[in-house]
Amino acid sequence: MDMAAGILAGDMRALARGLTLVEERLPGARELCVKLAPHTGRALRVGVTGAPGAGKSTLIDALIRAARARGERVAVLAVDPSSPRTGGALLGDRVRMTSHANDDGVFVRSMASRGALGALAPNAGEALDLFDAAGFTLLFVESVGAGQADVDIAAESDITLVLSAPGGGDSIQAMKSGILEIADLWVVSKGDNPQAAALKHELLAMLALGGADQLEERVCVVAALANQGVEELLAKMLAAGAAARADGAFAARRRQRVRRRILAAAAELCAEKLPTDTPLLTELEARIRAGDLSVVGAARALLSGGNV
Amino acid sequence: MSRKIRVLVAKAGLDGHDRGAKVVAAALRDAGMEVVYTGLHQTPEMIVAAALQEDVDVIGLSLHSGAHMVLFRRVLELMRERGLGQVLLTGGGVIPEEDAVVLQAEGVGRIFGPGTNTGALAAYINTEVELRRAQGGTP
Repeated sequence: MDMAAGILAGDMRALARGLTLVEERLPGARELCVKLAPHTGRALRVGVTGAPGAGKSTLIDALIRAARARGERVAVLAVDPSSPRTGGALLGDRVRMTSHANDDGVFVRSMASRGALGALAPNAGEALDLFDAAGFTLLFVESVGAGQADVDIAAESDITLVLSAPGGGDSIQAMKSGILEIADLWVVSKGDNPQAAALKHELLAMLALGGADQLEERVCVVAALANQGVEELLAKMLAAGAAARADGAFAARRRQRVRRRILAAAAELCAEKLPTDTPLLTELEARIRAGDLSVVGAARALLSGGNV
Repeated sequence: MSRKIRVLVAKAGLDGHDRGAKVVAAALRDAGMEVVYTGLHQTPEMIVAAALQEDVDVIGLSLHSGAHMVLFRRVLELMRERGLGQVLLTGGGVIPEEDAVVLQAEGVGRIFGPGTNTGALAAYINTEVELRRAQGGTP
């Protein structure tokens, strides 16, 4: 059986190998994505982001349990950072999700970020497409511990959860803009911590300044390990997903996502064509130092083969 | 760019000594590999299910409990059942040489004892994976 057919039939080994194909961009990866594309668009994609240690993996573990009780089939793409020095990675998100290891309705895949900016891995979106085609109904994508500008996750998700944990002192200050703005739902994690209520109020006050609406419903306090607030959060996620599906926001987001991927792929193809170490580059660099040319002017010259 | 080597590092059974596993996981990361660490108290079923989902090239078991014969054999059996026969099963810990010899004869890779140089471990994995990929086990 070929790989696409295997994935569509729910063969987990075929899915695992397909994910490697896509991740490594091996021969056959593009054909696989083309074949599976008509079978995507059914699953709800939930992005989970927040600072390192905010409790993303633990929250996902608890949400998996609640979602399984509702009969959802759940897949997780857990992204952890690659070392910029050695290219290696230690992928540890599974440690918090092992209670589902023997459940056929749960599939967890770890992925290294491989130098991609924006807290995701380069082919994370395509990996989610494979989960979708394989019949998983609820997909989580967990970003690397994210900072202020790591907003790519929202582009690949239907719903984005942004976590902040109490006791981080400046936890909100640290994410004033950027990732707070991409959230559909804000989650105060470690909700059994005495400072959680204070964090919630701080968050509400700050989001109100930014003009966000329906704040009371959209800020959730969750204690994942104590299983408090998990079911409520899942219900909100699924309701938001259903609403977006009904009013067309879902479909619009999907179209946007494909357009964005085309542009990203085009940018990559352009980058591959750039001359990197030519005598021209040396000459342009000298002219910039001499005050003869601007950087943008030099870039134009590079692209046109030397005509300034 | 050559394909990354993916390694699952697991602690099997009821043994809480994870220092060695963590040292090995960090060393393999520093050797440029992508290491999936699963944590403590994993059953053979959990380990093989994780290896399948993660599509790893190598499973590394750390054992200090004395249950290595049972656990290595069970993991190997499940790997073969689930179509992961090409994956390298290796490991280390407090495992007597005579037991290691028996396990290797049954299809387990090299077993590394206390005092192993992590560079030697990384080199072994590099060589072994290259060999298995050349044999056409995984794409």
